[in-house]
Amino acid sequence: MRYLRVLFILSLLAAPAVSGAQQTPSPDEFVPISEIPAEEQIPAINLVAAAYAFVWVALFGYVWSLGSRLGKAEADLARLERKDH
Amino acid sequence: MSAFFRVAALVVRKDLTVEVRSLEVVSTTLFFAVTVVLIFAFGFVKEGVPMDGVAAAILWITVAFSGTLALGRTFERERQADTLRALMLAPADRPALYAGKLVGMLLLMALVELILVPLVGLLFQAPIFRAPLRLAGLLAAGTLGFAAIGTLFAAMLVRARSRDVLLPVLLYPMTVPVMIAGVRGTAALFQPQPDAGMAQFWFALLVFFDVVFVTLALWTFEPLMTD
Amino acid sequence: MTTAVKAQLGIAALMFAASPWVINAAPHEATMGLVYKIYFYHMPSAWMFMLGAIVAGVASARFLFAKRQASDATAVAAAELAVVFGLLALVTGPLWARKAWGVWWVWDARLTSSLMLFLIFVAYLLLRQFGGPGSEKLSAGLALFGMANVPFIYVSVNYWRTLHPKTSVVPTLPVAMGIPLWFCVCAFLLLFLALLSLRATLETHRARIDSLYLSHDEA
Repeated sequence: MRYLRVLFILSLLAAPAVSGAQQTPSPDEFVPISEIPAEEQIPAINLVAAAYAFVWVALFGYVWSLGSRLGKAEADLARLERKDH
Repeated sequence: MSAFFRVAALVVRKDLTVEVRSLEVVSTTLFFAVTVVLIFAFGFVKEGVPMDGVAAAILWITVAFSGTLALGRTFERERQADTLRALMLAPADRPALYAGKLVGMLLLMALVELILVPLVGLLFQAPIFRAPLRLAGLLAAGTLGFAAIGTLFAAMLVRARSRDVLLPVLLYPMTVPVMIAGVRGTAALFQPQPDAGMAQFWFALLVFFDVVFVTLALWTFEPLMTD
Repeated sequence: MTTAVKAQLGIAALMFAASPWVINAAPHEATMGLVYKIYFYHMPSAWMFMLGAIVAGVASARFLFAKRQASDATAVAAAELAVVFGLLALVTGPLWARKAWGVWWVWDARLTSSLMLFLIFVAYLLLRQFGGPGSEKLSAGLALFGMANVPFIYVSVNYWRTLHPKTSVVPTLPVAMGIPLWFCVCAFLLLFLALLSLRATLETHRARIDSLYLSHDEA
């Protein structure tokens, strides 16, 4: 379980970096290819933030679930093997 | 090689005998196919006129649906009496057993399509007699591709739990190329200015698909069906 | 967990943590603007998705034909990772497309064929989950057929799409962002390899647990 803790701490460290990364760029130049009405435009920053947040959350969730499944299986295995001897 | 064809022919004859006695799968599948076409009619006929270019899609979706039903039903019958295991225990080539099952399935689906195509032509004003040979070729090649994968998967699923729901779940993503090629090729024939070249291209793709997947199925049937 | 896996996981975590800074340092792209930064996570995800699919197919073939039991565990692990990374690619893709093309989804050849391949691996996992005993052979067959299907899916979707051109030209992506991109690819690859071996270990544990339960029942 230790690697999970390491990952968690690292994620806390990285969180401000992600938000910092999103504040820096200049919001000027980009013109979309198709002519979408202004009210349907979504600022690029929201999309980028959503994409990065999704990747981080999904990967964390997967690592977490894999870790807990593995922990459970190892406990089961240890218990059964003790019973065997 | 002759033993291969003899075994396959025997399996086909056995399946046909069983089916002719009860007509269970043929009658239910046919009825189901007709119902599906009618349900599509309620969705795609607007103010008495069918929408443009839906006939090809309806035809192929109905083939896929009724094919799945027939596959499930055929192998369910084998499972209930445990006859598939008996068949597997027979001192015969496994690929020959697969080929026999596949041919039986093709005959059944051909019979259903024989009713289905005129029905779709009638209800959706599809010009089915414009290029009958090309249409028959597309249907034959598409049905072979669908049934080749379907027969293998249905045979494997006989021993699995929740097999009824798993068959379409596995089969439909796998036969996406067949559906695209069949629908697009048929639509090329049905459109106001038929595009024979396009239909030819999709037919070639289907034939290629058939060759690859029939070979692969014959090749994997042995290891897949051995415990 | 072996030391190698621990090291892989640790380095991958560090690289992921550092990746926002590295990506932020990447040159600003003129026509696409900020949104192209999604690409740094999107492309590695898509590559890992493909890698997972290939590993699952090859391992399944080895399981079926060479009867290697260990390959089955690898195949399950790779298939699950293919679904995870496929999901990442399929979610980040539309987020980029919304800005670049103005729509969430286009029936582009590559998008559609990725979605189809993704569905095949979801079907694989469903089969593993609900197929009951004996489903490992079946799912190996499914992965093998799925691999063989990839070129057909791609060709058919490609031709189907070129028949009905609907969307604007796909903007060519700049290549002058090599270092951050490869940095992200390395981070994803390390994570992929570590998770692959962990997930395969889980599968072998499960098989062992099952056989232990059976031997207890018999005793």
